[in-house]
Amino acid sequence: MELLFEKSRKGRRCDLLPPLDVPPAHLMAGMERETPLDLPELSEVDLTRHYSALERRAHGVNNGFYPLGSCTMKYNPRINEELSALPGFTGVHPTQSADTAQGCLEVLYLAEELLCEITGMDAMTFQPAAGAHGEFTALLMVKKYHLDRGDTARTKILVPDSAHGTNPASAAMCGFTVVNVPSNPDGGVDLEALKAAAGPDTAALMLTNPNTLGLFDPNILEITQIVHDAGGLCYYDGANLNAVMGVVRPGDMGFDLVHLNLHKTFSTPHGGGGPGSGPVGCKKFLQDFLPVFHVEEGGDGLEFKDPAKSIGSVKVFYGNFTVVVKALAYILTLGAQGIPEAAKGAVLNANYLREQLRGTYDIAYGDGPCMHEFVLTLHDLKKQTGVSAMDVAKALIDHGIHPPTMYFPLIVEEALMFEPTETESRETLDEAAAVLRDIRAQADADPESLHTAPHTTPIGRPDEVKAARHPVLRYTPPEGKA
Amino acid sequence: MGSYQPSTQEERQAMLEAIGCQSMDDLYAQVPPQMRLDHLDLPDGKSELEVRRILEGIAAKNTVFPSVFRGAGAYKHYIPAIVKSVTSKETFVTAYTPYQAELSQGVLQSIFEYQTMICALTGMDASNASIYDGASAAAEAVAMCRDRKRSTVLISAAAHPMVRRTVETYCFGNGMEVKTVPVKNGFTDTQALTDLLDDTVACFYLQQPNYFGRIEAAKELGEAAHAAGAKFIMGVNPIAMAVLKTPGECGADIAVGEGQPLGMPLSFGGPYLGFMAATSALTRKLPGRIVGETTDHDGRRAYVLTLQAREQHIRREKASSNVCSNQALCAMTAAVYLAAVGPDGLRQVAERCMAHARYAAQKVCDVPGFDMVYPGPYFHEFVTTCPCKPEKLLTGLAKRGILGPLPLEDGNLLWCATEMNTRDEIDALEQAIREVV
Repeated sequence: MELLFEKSRKGRRCDLLPPLDVPPAHLMAGMERETPLDLPELSEVDLTRHYSALERRAHGVNNGFYPLGSCTMKYNPRINEELSALPGFTGVHPTQSADTAQGCLEVLYLAEELLCEITGMDAMTFQPAAGAHGEFTALLMVKKYHLDRGDTARTKILVPDSAHGTNPASAAMCGFTVVNVPSNPDGGVDLEALKAAAGPDTAALMLTNPNTLGLFDPNILEITQIVHDAGGLCYYDGANLNAVMGVVRPGDMGFDLVHLNLHKTFSTPHGGGGPGSGPVGCKKFLQDFLPVFHVEEGGDGLEFKDPAKSIGSVKVFYGNFTVVVKALAYILTLGAQGIPEAAKGAVLNANYLREQLRGTYDIAYGDGPCMHEFVLTLHDLKKQTGVSAMDVAKALIDHGIHPPTMYFPLIVEEALMFEPTETESRETLDEAAAVLRDIRAQADADPESLHTAPHTTPIGRPDEVKAARHPVLRYTPPEGKA
Repeated sequence: MGSYQPSTQEERQAMLEAIGCQSMDDLYAQVPPQMRLDHLDLPDGKSELEVRRILEGIAAKNTVFPSVFRGAGAYKHYIPAIVKSVTSKETFVTAYTPYQAELSQGVLQSIFEYQTMICALTGMDASNASIYDGASAAAEAVAMCRDRKRSTVLISAAAHPMVRRTVETYCFGNGMEVKTVPVKNGFTDTQALTDLLDDTVACFYLQQPNYFGRIEAAKELGEAAHAAGAKFIMGVNPIAMAVLKTPGECGADIAVGEGQPLGMPLSFGGPYLGFMAATSALTRKLPGRIVGETTDHDGRRAYVLTLQAREQHIRREKASSNVCSNQALCAMTAAVYLAAVGPDGLRQVAERCMAHARYAAQKVCDVPGFDMVYPGPYFHEFVTTCPCKPEKLLTGLAKRGILGPLPLEDGNLLWCATEMNTRDEIDALEQAIREVV
């Protein structure tokens, strides 16, 4: 398909602005741009057809099942989109005085109150724009907290080997050294290894619970106790909160800080990779370290206050505000009963799909029930048939199903991680299971056809090595056409 | 109450039985019983109509000013209808990061087109797929410049205060030292910069146009930084790039900026867009997602996420950054905006901004007590004195439906005009100021 630049025709345009009604202004010589501005020239109809064609070459939750593990691709309610687009929200300038922005402040205040109840935390910031940004924010708070106590020895962050890659990367951005903690044979944190690793140099533990294997760690209270006894803080990566919201709270598991992914757990859409929202909640003793612009009640209504020992600011203004509006609408819709019901539905759907696949595929750590997601290991299948996790994932595409997360977590070989979410029906799960069983049969009968899947998409498997070795990161017009 | 679950209570019970469970509690067997919640202290769930009424009520508590003469990092521009129409397409809204290239060519191609446009705007070699906003882009750019011997950052005091604050906060994390280059007459002080530059300086960050709207001698300042072996980062207004010397032309190593003016509403500060582009020498240090062109096994042109060896899911603690979700839909918004206005249209928007700002400056300064603080060239923001308490002026203007200028710490006022402010509106502003003061 042609790029916008290839469709461009000199002189085409959309007519957008009225004639100039004041005297023109000019720049002084020497300040002006010299290079021609190479933007495409298109009419509105060119544009709408272009993007409609691109839309047909993409896959969203509206197109079909999207069991991408650890990403919580649940349905994104349309009412939330409408409400976040109200002119009463989108038309507000971020530096307006508090008395003219009480509605926006109320959104943040209310969302904080509700999410603190859901997480068992005492205060929250909405400044972080994504989950990884929230991790970074929380770890800066950890750093500042220890330094504020005059404890300069706490330079290490404990991270289980099953953790998301963002955890160690966030720790490194804060100047911490990462200590990997191995998993035990049940897939949980190895307590002896944790005891050995925790000490006077421990700043914090970062933990996802349920973890990336979809398992709730039954030793969670002991885990957080070990870290606290060593003087470290416990940080909860909220990526997997969808399994347990309303059932059990990070605050009650012993965690001191938590980040949430509003774009996972609280139904705000992923937008092809953002904007998300990664609020960070904390217990009272850490509240003074939150980023600037915390909403509080003042004499004349709500207002922003900078916490006394704030880490500072991780972005401009107050976060991805309209994303918070969407999450707030979702929480108000579900309410006290709906929140745990959604979690339970997610866990039920994952267990149901997993049981449909038992016997067809090997399940990693598959003895007890799973939480909201589960991991298949195709190690033996690959040995027997040559069909890899990648092959099965790509074959799903031909059946209109978005592949699960591949080759993650790293501690499982040939991993496929499925997270169906609560917003899928039994029929969808049954169909997916049937497709996966067919693919398994095909692995014996015709493995070659799986190696070359998908067959129904605009392109086949791309050459990623070529892309990385000889990077072409922008369009360059052919010679003579510039 | 809704939970958006299609399955009925009966279906769920049947599914439980199908997997050999009696109740949901069996599935939470791993959760220690003493930790489980009885109930959540939240309001009861509500219908769609109730939630609509609640949030419409909350939105109605905000004032949306019909007339805005304030920028300071968030700018009111015209958003063509096609922009919202394209970016509200369900598939674009609900897709995840395009890991699966075969199924995501639409999203990947749109990012590739965005990257190309950002390169065109900034005059740089390579752009990433976006970062959270202009401030975090600046902070990430600073982190890119660090090396073993150089870990000091020089940042102009004429950069947006929140950008400076964000850079300082990121540097509290990574241990880089931040020093501020003072301002003289509304410009970054060249002599002070030269004095601060030494062999520990990793980079110098300059905002163009600067926080006061002024057009800096970027090329000369960048040359000074380079002469001392430091990298040169420019934070630029994307609309101004249609008319101003680009970071590429000024010799910048990295260009970043706040992309909000490219089709994003004010939205109380977000979601916005951080754009980020670099010279080819620095491409592999860029944070976040990058889309590249390649071919599939049949030789068809294809787009993929590439240079992933930089990224957290491969390199973990050795990654160039922790970025995972970025601002993809905002990047698409910017791309549709730029394609809709085109090269002539963007220049027109920039020239209107300048013309309206000049007309507004003249009208404001016709009122006694309001004078331009800095002589000389500016883009669409300017600073004036204020003969009264700024609060008095702002309250009076607000009563007349006008969001007035941002008061600065020194008591002066930072004004902004864009293509949205008509001549009539500016004339009405002058009238309003006279009535208030």
